[in-house]
Amino acid sequence: MTVTSPPHSRRRPRWNSAWLFMAPSLILIAVFILEPILQTGWMSLHEWTIGEDSHKWLGVGNYDRLFGDDRFWNALRVTAEYTVAVTVLQVGLAVSLAVRLRRTTWFTTFVRGAFFFPAVASLAVIGVVWHFLLDPQIGLVDAWLGALHLGSYDFLQSEALALPTLIAVGVWKYLGFSMIVLLAGLQEIPAHLYEAATLDGAGRLGRLRHVTLPGLRQTLLFVIVIATINGLQLFDVVYTMTGGGPVFHTESIVMYLYQQGFVYFDLGYASAIAWVLFVIILVVSAVQLRVLRVNDVD
Amino acid sequence: MSTEAATLPVLAQRIPTPVRHVLRIAQRLGAVLSWAALTVAALAMLVPFIWMLGVALRTPADLYAHPASLWPHQWSLAGVSAIARDLPFGRLLLNTFVFAGGTTLLLLWFDSMTAFALARLRFRGRSVVLFIIIGTLMVPFQVTIIPVFLTVFHLGWLDTYQGLIIPRATSALGIFLLRQFFLAIPTDLDDAARIDGANNWQVYRRIILPLSKPALASLFVIQFMALWNDFLWPLVITSQIEMRTLPAALTLFQSQGGVDHAALMAGAAISIAPLAIAFLLAQRFFIQGVASTGVKN
Repeated sequence: MTVTSPPHSRRRPRWNSAWLFMAPSLILIAVFILEPILQTGWMSLHEWTIGEDSHKWLGVGNYDRLFGDDRFWNALRVTAEYTVAVTVLQVGLAVSLAVRLRRTTWFTTFVRGAFFFPAVASLAVIGVVWHFLLDPQIGLVDAWLGALHLGSYDFLQSEALALPTLIAVGVWKYLGFSMIVLLAGLQEIPAHLYEAATLDGAGRLGRLRHVTLPGLRQTLLFVIVIATINGLQLFDVVYTMTGGGPVFHTESIVMYLYQQGFVYFDLGYASAIAWVLFVIILVVSAVQLRVLRVNDVD
Repeated sequence: MSTEAATLPVLAQRIPTPVRHVLRIAQRLGAVLSWAALTVAALAMLVPFIWMLGVALRTPADLYAHPASLWPHQWSLAGVSAIARDLPFGRLLLNTFVFAGGTTLLLLWFDSMTAFALARLRFRGRSVVLFIIIGTLMVPFQVTIIPVFLTVFHLGWLDTYQGLIIPRATSALGIFLLRQFFLAIPTDLDDAARIDGANNWQVYRRIILPLSKPALASLFVIQFMALWNDFLWPLVITSQIEMRTLPAALTLFQSQGGVDHAALMAGAAISIAPLAIAFLLAQRFFIQGVASTGVKN
Protein backbone atom coordinates (compact mmCIF):
# COMPACT_ATOMS: atom_id res chain seq x y z
CA MET A 1 0.00 0.00 0.00
CA THR A 2 2.70 2.42 0.93
CA VAL A 3 4.38 1.70 -2.38
CA THR A 4 1.48 3.12 -4.35
CA SER A 5 1.10 6.28 -2.27
CA PRO A 6 2.58 9.36 -3.92
CA PRO A 7 6.05 10.31 -2.63
CA HIS A 8 5.21 13.82 -1.48
CA SER A 9 2.54 12.60 1.01
CA ARG A 10 4.94 10.14 2.66
CA ARG A 11 6.31 11.05 6.08
CA ARG A 12 9.93 12.11 6.07
CA PRO A 13 12.17 9.07 6.27
CA ARG A 14 13.16 8.24 9.85
CA TRP A 15 16.90 7.84 9.32
CA ASN A 16 17.11 11.48 8.47
CA SER A 17 16.12 12.69 11.92
CA ALA A 18 18.07 9.89 13.66
CA TRP A 19 21.29 11.34 12.26
CA LEU A 20 20.25 14.79 13.46
CA PHE A 21 19.75 13.41 16.97
CA MET A 22 23.18 11.82 16.93
CA ALA A 23 25.00 14.63 15.14
CA PRO A 24 26.48 16.44 18.19
CA SER A 25 27.84 13.28 19.81
CA LEU A 26 29.06 11.77 16.56
CA ILE A 27 30.84 14.97 15.49
CA LEU A 28 32.55 15.22 18.89
CA ILE A 29 33.52 11.54 18.84
CA ALA A 30 34.89 11.89 15.31
CA VAL A 31 36.82 15.10 15.98
CA PHE A 32 38.03 14.43 19.53
CA ILE A 33 38.40 10.64 19.71
CA LEU A 34 38.54 8.82 16.35
CA GLU A 35 40.55 11.31 14.34
CA PRO A 36 43.01 11.91 17.22
CA ILE A 37 43.68 8.16 17.52
CA LEU A 38 44.70 8.10 13.86
CA GLN A 39 46.56 11.39 14.17
CA THR A 40 48.47 10.09 17.18
CA GLY A 41 49.62 7.19 15.03
CA TRP A 42 50.54 9.54 12.16
CA MET A 43 52.40 11.96 14.45
CA SER A 44 54.32 9.12 16.04
CA LEU A 45 55.96 8.55 12.64
CA HIS A 46 57.38 12.09 12.55
CA GLU A 47 59.64 14.41 14.37
CA TRP A 48 56.83 16.77 15.36
CA THR A 49 57.51 20.18 16.81
CA ILE A 50 54.75 22.53 17.81
CA GLY A 51 54.27 25.62 15.62
CA GLU A 52 56.11 24.24 12.57
CA ASP A 53 54.29 23.51 9.33
CA SER A 54 56.39 20.65 8.04
CA HIS A 55 57.44 17.70 10.08
CA LYS A 56 60.33 15.39 9.36
CA TRP A 57 59.27 11.85 8.47
CA LEU A 58 60.96 9.32 10.74
CA GLY A 59 59.13 6.11 9.86
CA VAL A 60 59.41 3.85 12.86
CA GLY A 61 62.26 5.98 14.21
CA ASN A 62 60.35 7.05 17.32
CA TYR A 63 59.46 3.44 18.08
CA ASP A 64 63.08 2.35 17.59
CA ARG A 65 64.10 5.01 20.06
CA LEU A 66 61.25 4.06 22.43
CA PHE A 67 62.11 0.37 22.57
CA GLY A 68 65.72 1.23 23.32
CA ASP A 69 64.73 3.79 25.97
CA ASP A 70 65.38 2.58 29.53
CA ARG A 71 63.18 5.30 30.91
CA PHE A 72 60.24 3.96 28.86
CA TRP A 73 60.78 0.36 30.03
CA ASN A 74 61.05 1.63 33.57
CA ALA A 75 57.77 3.54 33.20
CA LEU A 76 56.16 0.42 31.78
CA ARG A 77 57.34 -1.66 34.75
CA VAL A 78 56.23 0.95 37.29
CA THR A 79 52.80 1.17 35.65
CA ALA A 80 52.44 -2.62 35.49
CA GLU A 81 53.41 -3.09 39.14
CA TYR A 82 51.07 -0.34 40.26
CA THR A 83 48.18 -1.65 38.15
CA VAL A 84 48.47 -5.27 39.26
CA ALA A 85 48.91 -4.40 42.95
CA VAL A 86 46.10 -1.82 43.08
CA THR A 87 43.67 -4.00 41.12
CA VAL A 88 44.27 -7.13 43.20
CA LEU A 89 44.19 -5.35 46.57
CA GLN A 90 41.31 -3.07 45.69
CA VAL A 91 39.04 -5.72 44.22
CA GLY A 92 39.93 -8.32 46.88
CA LEU A 93 39.23 -5.96 49.76
CA ALA A 94 36.13 -4.60 48.04
CA VAL A 95 34.64 -8.10 47.68
CA SER A 96 35.20 -8.93 51.35
CA LEU A 97 33.77 -5.55 52.40
CA ALA A 98 30.74 -5.82 50.12
CA VAL A 99 29.88 -9.28 51.44
CA ARG A 100 30.11 -8.04 55.01
CA LEU A 101 28.19 -4.82 54.40
CA ARG A 102 25.45 -6.43 52.38
CA ARG A 103 22.55 -5.80 54.72
CA THR A 104 21.44 -2.18 55.01
CA THR A 105 21.46 -0.88 58.59
CA TRP A 106 22.52 2.46 60.02
CA PHE A 107 25.88 0.89 60.82
CA THR A 108 26.59 -0.47 57.33
CA THR A 109 25.37 2.79 55.81
CA PHE A 110 27.96 4.66 57.87
CA VAL A 111 30.78 2.22 57.06
CA ARG A 112 29.93 2.23 53.34
CA GLY A 113 29.87 6.03 53.36
CA ALA A 114 33.25 6.23 55.08
CA PHE A 115 34.87 3.79 52.65
CA PHE A 116 33.35 5.57 49.68
CA PHE A 117 34.25 9.06 50.86
CA PRO A 118 37.79 9.21 49.35
CA ALA A 119 36.24 8.45 45.93
CA VAL A 120 34.46 11.81 46.09
CA ALA A 121 37.71 13.78 46.42
CA SER A 122 40.04 14.68 43.56
CA LEU A 123 43.00 12.33 43.34
CA ALA A 124 45.32 15.26 42.64
CA VAL A 125 44.14 17.12 45.74
CA ILE A 126 44.33 13.93 47.78
CA GLY A 127 47.89 13.55 46.53
CA VAL A 128 48.69 17.01 47.92
CA VAL A 129 47.21 16.02 51.29
CA TRP A 130 49.01 12.66 51.42
CA HIS A 131 52.29 14.22 50.36
CA PHE A 132 52.11 16.32 53.47
CA LEU A 133 50.60 13.60 55.67
CA LEU A 134 53.68 11.49 54.93
CA ASP A 135 56.16 14.30 55.62
CA PRO A 136 58.93 12.89 57.84
CA GLN A 137 59.05 15.99 60.04
CA ILE A 138 55.53 17.19 60.64
CA GLY A 139 53.37 14.54 58.96
CA LEU A 140 50.85 12.61 61.00
CA VAL A 141 51.98 9.19 59.76
CA ASP A 142 55.55 9.72 60.93
CA ALA A 143 54.37 11.09 64.27
CA TRP A 144 52.10 8.10 64.88
CA LEU A 145 54.76 5.59 63.80
CA GLY A 146 57.17 7.35 66.17
CA ALA A 147 54.68 7.14 69.00
CA LEU A 148 54.44 3.38 68.40
CA HIS A 149 58.29 3.12 68.19
CA LEU A 150 58.06 1.82 64.64
CA GLY A 151 60.78 4.10 63.31
CA SER A 152 60.82 7.00 60.90
CA TYR A 153 60.54 6.68 57.15
CA ASP A 154 60.73 9.16 54.33
CA PHE A 155 58.16 7.24 52.32
CA LEU A 156 58.21 9.36 49.17
CA GLN A 157 62.00 9.80 49.00
CA SER A 158 62.73 6.11 49.51
CA GLU A 159 63.36 4.08 46.35
CA ALA A 160 61.90 1.00 48.03
CA LEU A 161 58.83 2.61 49.59
CA ALA A 162 57.71 5.29 47.12
CA LEU A 163 55.79 3.01 44.74
CA PRO A 164 54.17 0.89 47.49
CA THR A 165 53.05 4.17 49.08
CA LEU A 166 51.36 5.28 45.86
CA ILE A 167 49.75 1.84 45.65
CA ALA A 168 48.37 2.22 49.18
CA VAL A 169 46.95 5.65 48.36
CA GLY A 170 45.42 4.25 45.15
CA VAL A 171 43.72 1.42 47.05
CA TRP A 172 42.50 3.84 49.72
CA LYS A 173 41.03 6.10 47.06
CA TYR A 174 39.27 3.52 44.82
CA LEU A 175 38.30 0.79 47.31
CA GLY A 176 34.92 2.34 48.08
CA PHE A 177 34.07 2.75 44.41
CA SER A 178 34.57 -0.96 43.71
CA MET A 179 32.71 -1.85 46.91
CA ILE A 180 29.63 0.15 45.86
CA VAL A 181 29.52 -1.40 42.40
CA LEU A 182 29.91 -4.88 43.92
CA LEU A 183 27.16 -4.17 46.46
CA ALA A 184 24.85 -3.34 43.55
CA GLY A 185 25.87 -6.62 41.92
CA LEU A 186 25.11 -8.51 45.14
CA GLN A 187 21.56 -7.14 45.21
CA GLU A 188 20.93 -8.83 41.87
CA ILE A 189 21.66 -12.34 43.15
CA PRO A 190 18.28 -13.94 43.87
CA ALA A 191 17.75 -14.78 47.55
CA HIS A 192 16.35 -18.21 46.73
CA LEU A 193 19.80 -19.35 45.55
CA TYR A 194 21.11 -18.77 49.07
CA GLU A 195 18.17 -20.59 50.61
CA ALA A 196 18.73 -23.53 48.28
CA ALA A 197 22.46 -23.59 49.08
CA THR A 198 21.76 -23.50 52.82
CA LEU A 199 19.26 -26.36 52.49
CA ASP A 200 21.94 -28.32 50.65
CA GLY A 201 24.18 -27.88 53.69
CA ALA A 202 26.45 -25.12 52.37
CA GLY A 203 28.05 -23.00 55.09
CA ARG A 204 29.16 -19.39 54.79
CA LEU A 205 32.24 -20.28 52.77
CA GLY A 206 30.28 -22.64 50.55
CA ARG A 207 27.69 -19.97 49.81
CA LEU A 208 30.46 -17.47 49.00
CA ARG A 209 32.12 -19.90 46.61
CA HIS A 210 29.10 -21.41 44.95
CA VAL A 211 26.53 -18.62 44.98
CA THR A 212 28.08 -15.20 45.60
CA LEU A 213 31.17 -15.34 43.40
CA PRO A 214 29.48 -16.95 40.38
CA GLY A 215 26.58 -14.49 40.72
CA LEU A 216 29.02 -11.60 40.86
CA ARG A 217 31.02 -12.65 37.81
CA GLN A 218 29.76 -9.91 35.48
CA THR A 219 30.15 -7.20 38.12
CA LEU A 220 33.59 -8.47 39.10
CA LEU A 221 34.63 -8.40 35.45
CA PHE A 222 33.48 -4.80 35.19
CA VAL A 223 35.24 -3.76 38.41
CA ILE A 224 38.49 -5.48 37.39
CA VAL A 225 38.47 -3.91 33.92
CA ILE A 226 37.79 -0.43 35.34
CA ALA A 227 40.47 -0.83 38.03
CA THR A 228 42.98 -1.98 35.43
CA ILE A 229 42.25 0.84 32.99
CA ASN A 230 42.45 3.31 35.88
CA GLY A 231 45.77 1.83 36.97
CA LEU A 232 47.25 2.03 33.48
CA GLN A 233 46.36 5.75 33.44
CA LEU A 234 48.30 6.42 36.66
CA PHE A 235 49.26 10.09 36.66
CA ASP A 236 47.64 12.38 39.25
CA VAL A 237 49.29 11.07 42.42
CA VAL A 238 52.62 10.70 40.66
CA TYR A 239 52.46 14.34 39.64
CA THR A 240 51.43 15.66 43.06
CA MET A 241 53.24 13.23 45.38
CA THR A 242 56.57 12.21 43.86
CA GLY A 243 56.97 13.95 40.49
CA GLY A 244 58.09 10.53 39.23
CA GLY A 245 60.96 10.28 41.69
CA PRO A 246 63.04 9.29 43.49
CA VAL A 247 65.14 8.80 40.35
CA PHE A 248 62.18 7.70 38.15
CA HIS A 249 61.12 5.01 40.63
CA THR A 250 57.48 6.11 40.35
CA GLU A 251 57.43 7.49 36.81
CA SER A 252 54.36 6.01 35.06
CA ILE A 253 53.63 5.80 31.33
CA VAL A 254 51.23 8.75 31.37
CA MET A 255 53.71 10.77 33.45
CA TYR A 256 56.44 10.03 30.89
CA LEU A 257 54.01 10.90 28.07
CA TYR A 258 53.21 14.19 29.81
CA GLN A 259 56.91 14.96 30.28
CA GLN A 260 57.78 14.26 26.63
CA GLY A 261 54.68 15.98 25.23
CA PHE A 262 54.08 18.95 27.46
CA VAL A 263 57.43 19.62 29.14
CA TYR A 264 59.95 18.78 26.38
CA PHE A 265 57.34 19.34 23.58
CA ASP A 266 58.63 16.31 21.70
CA LEU A 267 55.15 15.59 20.32
CA GLY A 268 56.16 12.85 17.89
CA TYR A 269 57.88 10.84 20.59
CA ALA A 270 55.04 11.45 23.06
CA SER A 271 52.60 10.23 20.38
CA ALA A 272 54.55 7.00 20.07
CA ILE A 273 54.21 6.53 23.85
CA ALA A 274 50.46 7.27 23.62
CA TRP A 275 50.02 4.78 20.80
CA VAL A 276 51.83 2.06 22.76
CA LEU A 277 49.62 2.84 25.79
CA PHE A 278 46.54 2.57 23.56
CA VAL A 279 47.61 -0.84 22.28
CA ILE A 280 48.40 -2.03 25.83
CA ILE A 281 44.97 -0.97 27.11
CA LEU A 282 43.18 -2.65 24.21
CA VAL A 283 45.15 -5.88 24.58
CA VAL A 284 44.81 -6.01 28.37
CA SER A 285 41.05 -5.32 28.24
CA ALA A 286 40.53 -7.91 25.51
CA VAL A 287 42.52 -10.52 27.45
CA GLN A 288 40.58 -9.80 30.65
CA LEU A 289 37.25 -10.07 28.86
CA ARG A 290 38.32 -13.33 27.25
CA VAL A 291 39.81 -14.92 30.37
CA LEU A 292 36.91 -14.02 32.64
CA ARG A 293 34.32 -15.13 30.07
CA VAL A 294 35.98 -18.47 29.33
CA ASN A 295 35.26 -19.65 32.89
CA ASP A 296 31.62 -18.73 32.50
CA VAL A 297 29.51 -21.84 33.00
CA ASP A 298 26.35 -20.46 31.40
CA MET B 1 35.81 -18.24 61.53
CA SER B 2 33.85 -18.92 58.40
CA THR B 3 34.82 -22.61 58.38
CA GLU B 4 33.58 -22.90 61.97
CA ALA B 5 30.30 -21.44 60.90
CA ALA B 6 30.17 -23.80 57.96
CA THR B 7 30.61 -26.94 60.03
CA LEU B 8 28.58 -25.76 63.00
CA PRO B 9 25.09 -26.91 61.92
CA VAL B 10 26.33 -30.39 61.02
CA LEU B 11 28.24 -30.88 64.26
CA ALA B 12 25.59 -29.26 66.40
CA GLN B 13 23.59 -32.41 66.90
CA ARG B 14 26.54 -34.38 68.27
CA ILE B 15 28.08 -31.76 70.56
CA PRO B 16 27.11 -31.63 74.27
CA THR B 17 25.11 -28.55 75.27
CA PRO B 18 27.80 -26.67 77.34
CA VAL B 19 30.31 -26.91 74.48
CA ARG B 20 27.65 -25.67 72.09
CA HIS B 21 27.14 -22.63 74.31
CA VAL B 22 30.87 -21.89 74.31
CA LEU B 23 30.99 -22.22 70.55
CA ARG B 24 28.04 -19.88 70.15
CA ILE B 25 29.68 -17.31 72.41
CA ALA B 26 32.93 -17.61 70.44
CA GLN B 27 30.99 -17.03 67.24
CA ARG B 28 29.25 -13.96 68.68
CA LEU B 29 32.61 -12.64 69.90
CA GLY B 30 34.09 -13.13 66.44
CA ALA B 31 31.21 -11.18 64.92
CA VAL B 32 31.65 -8.35 67.43
CA LEU B 33 35.40 -8.23 66.76
CA SER B 34 34.86 -8.10 63.02
CA TRP B 35 32.36 -5.23 63.41
CA ALA B 36 34.84 -3.43 65.69
CA ALA B 37 37.57 -3.88 63.09
CA LEU B 38 35.24 -2.50 60.41
CA THR B 39 34.47 0.55 62.53
CA VAL B 40 38.16 1.26 63.11
CA ALA B 41 38.92 0.80 59.41
CA ALA B 42 36.05 3.11 58.44
CA LEU B 43 37.31 5.83 60.78
CA ALA B 44 40.88 5.33 59.50
CA MET B 45 39.63 6.04 55.97
CA LEU B 46 38.53 9.47 57.15
CA VAL B 47 41.68 10.38 59.12
CA PRO B 48 43.41 12.19 56.22
CA PHE B 49 40.39 14.47 55.79
CA ILE B 50 40.04 15.21 59.51
CA TRP B 51 43.76 15.96 59.72
CA MET B 52 43.60 18.17 56.62
CA LEU B 53 40.87 20.27 58.27
CA GLY B 54 42.89 20.41 61.49
CA VAL B 55 46.07 21.63 59.78
CA ALA B 56 44.10 24.23 57.83
CA LEU B 57 42.79 25.66 61.10
CA ARG B 58 45.87 25.58 63.37
CA THR B 59 49.01 27.69 63.73
CA PRO B 60 52.31 26.44 62.26
CA ALA B 61 53.86 26.47 65.75
CA ASP B 62 51.11 24.19 67.01
CA LEU B 63 51.68 21.78 64.10
CA TYR B 64 55.43 21.58 64.77
CA ALA B 65 54.88 21.17 68.53
CA HIS B 66 52.21 18.45 68.26
CA PRO B 67 52.53 16.67 64.91
CA ALA B 68 50.81 13.57 66.31
CA SER B 69 47.70 15.47 67.25
CA LEU B 70 44.76 15.19 64.90
CA TRP B 71 43.05 18.29 66.18
CA PRO B 72 44.34 21.86 66.76
CA HIS B 73 45.44 23.16 70.17
CA GLN B 74 45.82 26.67 68.82
CA TRP B 75 43.18 27.65 66.31
CA SER B 76 43.99 30.07 63.51
CA LEU B 77 42.44 31.30 60.29
CA ALA B 78 45.80 32.49 58.93
CA GLY B 79 46.01 29.59 56.47
CA VAL B 80 42.57 30.31 55.07
CA SER B 81 43.30 33.99 54.59
CA ALA B 82 46.74 33.20 53.08
CA ILE B 83 45.27 30.90 50.44
CA ALA B 84 42.47 33.37 49.74
CA ARG B 85 45.16 36.02 49.16
CA ASP B 86 47.47 33.86 47.00
CA LEU B 87 44.87 32.13 44.84
CA PRO B 88 41.79 33.69 43.18
CA PHE B 89 39.48 31.21 44.88
CA GLY B 90 36.18 32.72 43.79
CA ARG B 91 37.32 32.52 40.21
CA LEU B 92 38.66 28.98 40.60
CA LEU B 93 35.40 27.79 42.14
CA LEU B 94 33.50 29.42 39.28
CA ASN B 95 35.82 27.79 36.71
CA THR B 96 35.41 24.37 38.25
CA PHE B 97 31.62 24.79 38.39
CA VAL B 98 31.43 26.02 34.80
CA PHE B 99 33.72 23.24 33.56
CA ALA B 100 32.14 20.37 35.50
CA GLY B 101 28.56 21.64 35.32
CA GLY B 102 28.62 22.91 31.73
CA THR B 103 30.31 19.81 30.39
CA THR B 104 27.97 17.49 32.27
CA LEU B 105 24.80 19.28 31.10
CA LEU B 106 25.92 19.33 27.46
CA LEU B 107 26.97 15.72 27.77
CA LEU B 108 23.59 14.67 29.19
CA TRP B 109 21.83 16.42 26.33
CA PHE B 110 24.03 15.06 23.52
CA ASP B 111 24.31 11.56 24.97
CA SER B 112 20.57 11.25 25.61
CA MET B 113 19.75 12.32 22.03
CA THR B 114 22.22 9.79 20.63
CA ALA B 115 20.99 7.08 22.99
CA PHE B 116 17.41 7.88 21.94
CA ALA B 117 18.26 7.45 18.27
CA LEU B 118 20.08 4.18 18.98
CA ALA B 119 17.36 2.77 21.22
CA ARG B 120 14.24 4.01 19.43
CA LEU B 121 14.80 5.00 15.80
CA ARG B 122 15.49 2.73 12.87
CA PHE B 123 18.08 3.81 10.40
CA ARG B 124 20.69 2.24 8.22
CA GLY B 125 24.08 1.94 9.92
CA ARG B 126 22.69 1.77 13.46
CA SER B 127 24.73 -1.28 14.41
CA VAL B 128 27.88 0.32 12.95
CA VAL B 129 27.34 3.46 15.06
CA LEU B 130 26.73 1.37 18.17
CA PHE B 131 29.85 -0.67 17.46
CA ILE B 132 31.99 2.47 17.11
CA ILE B 133 30.63 3.95 20.32
CA ILE B 134 31.24 0.76 22.30
CA GLY B 135 34.70 0.61 20.73
CA THR B 136 35.59 4.06 22.05
CA LEU B 137 34.55 3.03 25.60
CA MET B 138 38.02 1.56 26.01
CA VAL B 139 39.93 4.63 24.79
CA PRO B 140 41.03 6.88 27.66
CA PHE B 141 41.55 10.51 26.69
CA GLN B 142 45.21 10.33 27.79
CA VAL B 143 45.82 8.40 24.59
CA THR B 144 44.47 11.15 22.35
CA ILE B 145 45.49 14.14 24.42
CA ILE B 146 48.31 15.32 22.13
CA PRO B 147 46.27 15.78 18.91
CA VAL B 148 43.30 17.04 20.94
CA PHE B 149 45.58 19.59 22.57
CA LEU B 150 46.81 20.65 19.09
CA THR B 151 43.22 20.96 17.82
CA VAL B 152 42.27 23.13 20.79
CA PHE B 153 45.45 25.15 20.23
CA HIS B 154 44.67 25.71 16.52
CA LEU B 155 41.11 26.73 17.36
CA GLY B 156 42.59 29.34 19.72
CA TRP B 157 40.70 27.71 22.59
CA LEU B 158 43.54 27.22 25.08
CA ASP B 159 42.68 28.95 28.36
CA THR B 160 38.99 29.21 27.45
CA TYR B 161 35.82 27.58 28.75
CA GLN B 162 34.90 26.22 25.33
CA GLY B 163 38.34 24.59 25.09
CA LEU B 164 37.81 22.92 28.45
CA ILE B 165 34.20 21.91 27.80
CA ILE B 166 33.52 21.04 24.16
CA PRO B 167 36.06 18.24 23.60
CA ARG B 168 34.70 16.43 26.68
CA ALA B 169 30.98 17.04 26.02
CA THR B 170 30.10 13.51 24.97
CA SER B 171 30.95 10.17 26.48
CA ALA B 172 30.61 6.68 25.10
CA LEU B 173 29.81 5.41 28.60
CA GLY B 174 26.94 7.91 28.94
CA ILE B 175 25.47 6.95 25.57
CA PHE B 176 25.79 3.29 26.44
CA LEU B 177 24.17 3.57 29.90
CA LEU B 178 21.31 5.76 28.68
CA ARG B 179 20.63 3.47 25.72
CA GLN B 180 20.32 0.51 28.10
CA PHE B 181 17.86 2.50 30.20
CA PHE B 182 15.81 3.68 27.21
CA LEU B 183 15.55 0.13 25.86
CA ALA B 184 13.75 -0.86 29.07
CA ILE B 185 11.02 1.77 28.58
CA PRO B 186 7.96 0.16 26.90
CA THR B 187 7.55 1.22 23.25
CA ASP B 188 3.73 1.36 23.69
CA LEU B 189 4.22 4.84 25.12
CA ASP B 190 6.01 6.04 21.98
CA ASP B 191 3.37 4.45 19.76
CA ALA B 192 0.54 6.10 21.66
CA ALA B 193 2.25 9.48 21.40
CA ARG B 194 2.92 8.99 17.69
CA ILE B 195 -0.75 8.15 17.06
CA ASP B 196 -1.51 11.49 18.72
CA GLY B 197 0.77 13.07 16.13
CA ALA B 198 3.99 13.45 18.12
CA ASN B 199 7.20 13.57 16.10
CA ASN B 200 10.55 12.11 17.15
CA TRP B 201 11.64 15.20 19.00
CA GLN B 202 8.40 15.29 20.97
CA VAL B 203 8.67 11.60 21.85
CA TYR B 204 12.23 12.21 23.04
CA ARG B 205 11.40 15.37 24.94
CA ARG B 206 7.97 14.52 26.40
CA ILE B 207 8.10 10.74 26.89
CA ILE B 208 11.64 9.40 27.11
CA LEU B 209 13.39 12.18 29.03
CA PRO B 210 10.77 12.54 31.82
CA LEU B 211 10.76 8.77 32.34
CA SER B 212 14.57 8.66 32.50
CA LYS B 213 15.13 11.03 35.38
CA PRO B 214 16.81 8.37 37.60
CA ALA B 215 19.26 7.41 34.85
CA LEU B 216 19.97 11.05 33.99
CA ALA B 217 20.53 11.87 37.68
CA SER B 218 22.96 8.96 38.04
CA LEU B 219 24.89 9.97 34.95
CA PHE B 220 24.94 13.58 36.13
CA VAL B 221 26.46 12.57 39.47
CA ILE B 222 29.21 10.34 38.07
CA GLN B 223 30.16 12.74 35.28
CA PHE B 224 30.09 15.85 37.44
CA MET B 225 32.24 14.11 40.04
CA ALA B 226 34.74 12.85 37.45
CA LEU B 227 35.06 16.28 35.81
CA TRP B 228 35.22 18.24 39.05
CA ASN B 229 38.12 16.03 40.08
CA ASP B 230 39.79 15.88 36.67
CA PHE B 231 43.41 16.93 36.66
CA LEU B 232 45.43 16.16 33.53
CA TRP B 233 42.88 17.75 31.16
CA PRO B 234 42.66 21.21 32.80
CA LEU B 235 46.41 21.02 33.47
CA VAL B 236 47.10 20.71 29.74
CA ILE B 237 44.36 22.99 28.34
CA THR B 238 44.91 25.91 30.74
CA SER B 239 48.07 27.70 31.75
CA GLN B 240 46.81 30.97 33.26
CA ILE B 241 45.82 30.71 36.89
CA GLU B 242 42.55 32.55 36.14
CA MET B 243 41.37 29.74 33.88
CA ARG B 244 42.45 26.78 35.99
CA THR B 245 40.14 24.48 37.91
CA LEU B 246 40.66 23.88 41.65
CA PRO B 247 42.78 20.70 41.48
CA ALA B 248 45.03 22.08 38.73
CA ALA B 249 45.45 25.42 40.50
CA LEU B 250 46.23 23.88 43.86
CA THR B 251 49.13 21.84 42.48
CA LEU B 252 50.48 24.99 40.88
CA PHE B 253 50.46 26.52 44.34
CA GLN B 254 52.06 23.40 45.84
CA SER B 255 54.97 23.52 43.40
CA GLN B 256 55.92 27.06 44.45
CA GLY B 257 58.80 27.12 46.92
CA GLY B 258 58.35 27.72 50.66
CA VAL B 259 54.90 26.20 51.01
CA ASP B 260 52.61 27.43 53.77
CA HIS B 261 51.16 24.14 55.00
CA ALA B 262 48.09 25.65 56.62
CA ALA B 263 47.32 27.53 53.40
CA LEU B 264 47.85 24.42 51.28
CA MET B 265 45.54 22.29 53.44
CA ALA B 266 42.95 25.09 53.51
CA GLY B 267 43.09 25.11 49.71
CA ALA B 268 42.72 21.32 49.59
CA ALA B 269 39.78 21.48 51.99
CA ILE B 270 38.05 24.16 49.90
CA SER B 271 38.63 22.10 46.73
CA ILE B 272 37.12 18.99 48.26
CA ALA B 273 34.33 20.73 50.22
CA PRO B 274 31.62 21.24 47.56
CA LEU B 275 31.49 17.58 46.53
CA ALA B 276 32.03 16.35 50.09
CA ILE B 277 29.09 18.42 51.36
CA ALA B 278 26.93 17.29 48.44
CA PHE B 279 27.88 13.72 49.27
CA LEU B 280 26.98 14.09 52.95
CA LEU B 281 23.61 15.61 52.03
CA ALA B 282 22.73 13.19 49.24
CA GLN B 283 24.78 10.05 49.80
CA ARG B 284 22.04 7.95 48.17
CA PHE B 285 22.39 9.76 44.84
CA PHE B 286 26.15 9.26 44.71
CA ILE B 287 25.89 5.60 45.63
CA GLN B 288 23.12 5.01 43.08
CA GLY B 289 25.06 6.87 40.42
CA VAL B 290 28.18 4.80 40.92
CA ALA B 291 26.24 1.56 41.35
CA SER B 292 24.37 2.11 38.08
CA THR B 293 27.59 2.10 36.06
CA GLY B 294 28.25 -1.52 36.96
CA VAL B 295 24.80 -2.99 36.61
CA LYS B 296 24.95 -5.64 33.93
CA ASN B 297 23.03 -6.35 30.69
